Amino acid sequence: MAVIIDYDAGNLRSVQRACAQVGLEAEISADPDVVRQAPRVIFPGVGAAGAAMRSIRREGMDTALRDIISAGTPVLGICLGLQISFDYSEENDQTTLGLLPGKVCRFSFDQPDLKVPHMGWNEVRVVQPHPLLAGIEPGDEFYFVHGYYPVPARSEQIYAVTDYEHDFASAVGSGNYFATQFHPEKSGRVGLRLLANFSTWDGTC
Amino acid sequence: MLSKRLIACLDVRDGKLAKSVKFVDTKDIGDPVEKAREYYVDGLDELVFYDITASSDKRNIMLDVVEAVAEQVFIPLSVGGGVRSVADATDLRLAGAEKINVNSAAVLRPPLIAECSEAVGAQNIVLSMDIRRVEASARCPSGYEIVINGGRKPMGIDALWWAQEGERLGAGELVVNSIDADGTREGYELTLTAMISQAVRIPVIASGGAGKPEHLQQALTVGKADAALVASMVHFGEYTVSGLKRYLHDNGVKMRMSW
Repeated sequence: MAVIIDYDAGNLRSVQRACAQVGLEAEISADPDVVRQAPRVIFPGVGAAGAAMRSIRREGMDTALRDIISAGTPVLGICLGLQISFDYSEENDQTTLGLLPGKVCRFSFDQPDLKVPHMGWNEVRVVQPHPLLAGIEPGDEFYFVHGYYPVPARSEQIYAVTDYEHDFASAVGSGNYFATQFHPEKSGRVGLRLLANFSTWDGTC
Repeated sequence: MLSKRLIACLDVRDGKLAKSVKFVDTKDIGDPVEKAREYYVDGLDELVFYDITASSDKRNIMLDVVEAVAEQVFIPLSVGGGVRSVADATDLRLAGAEKINVNSAAVLRPPLIAECSEAVGAQNIVLSMDIRRVEASARCPSGYEIVINGGRKPMGIDALWWAQEGERLGAGELVVNSIDADGTREGYELTLTAMISQAVRIPVIASGGAGKPEHLQQALTVGKADAALVASMVHFGEYTVSGLKRYLHDNGVKMRMSW
């Protein structure tokens, strides 16, 4: 059983359906108390950092997230969930949650051939093992849609990288919190594998 | 490095699969849910459903199809056809569509792009453009014109201008569908595709005219497209999704080869 945090940011039912496919029953909730009591939590998100932060603070979900992360609850962040976990995002010049040290930057516009957003399938290269990345092989690709990318302050929190214009951190984590820039719920077999790994993860590395 | 995408388009009419040739004479070719599942298992990168249902009272059938597909297909799912309002876009998103395609209604009322983009996220709004070649004129300097209503109504709007305007209004991606090439199986309209792809910063999907694997290779190299859309090539079993991806990979196009 898991709770998917609902803060008006994206298509949560896609995440819910993919969880169901790997046998993880997931409830969508906007109630911070439901999130506090959940055995595991998914923090998804699609959209802009500014609107997402306003919504999270209004609902008191920022405090709930801090609480469950200190309490050791396994948490999986996805896409915008990952981005607003850092200290700051260039998107909307926004101060974000600060669950992980670092910032989020925009893909450069210097190269005229570079399409933004980074949209499509790209290789996720595991740079240090993590229980959630078990079974992910070299050459495995995941689905991405994003115009901004994370720059973690601490390199030991980077678990996978992906090349778009340059290498960026595509999976990050610290203790019981793990987050992906890509969308496991839209990444076919390998994405479902990651969600299956999450469904049994105890929050340790 | 980002892979190029192979996208299969399923035209759905009254909940059943149809394939049109030059936008007329549509005929049913099967169950869309089953086809979607088959392509997903065979390595398809993205799926597009186009609702060509004529009567509005049958529109809800499409939501059921989308929902059934979303339950078993875990790749991006894009849906279009008859999207006229934010409510239409939201309904499709709730049913399980990742991306919403807008076409005719956006040409008639351009703020629709910005409204949908605001409501469901710019990255999820695909501006689908039906385009035909015309004599270059003051009105259509690029020599390409926007056509609406399934290819029936020329609008006198320059296609290159509309592509850039769509990007400015907040579309996250463009489909360049050549009416001239559609159904011919003689290849994509490469000049048009490259012209638009180089004029915008958002991804471009080449559509219309694919008949052979080399056509896809051309669209993704010479045509500078980020994705190639196919329909009849795979619907009738002449080619498979995995076979096309293998061909592209073997011919120097970066594709996702493990699934």
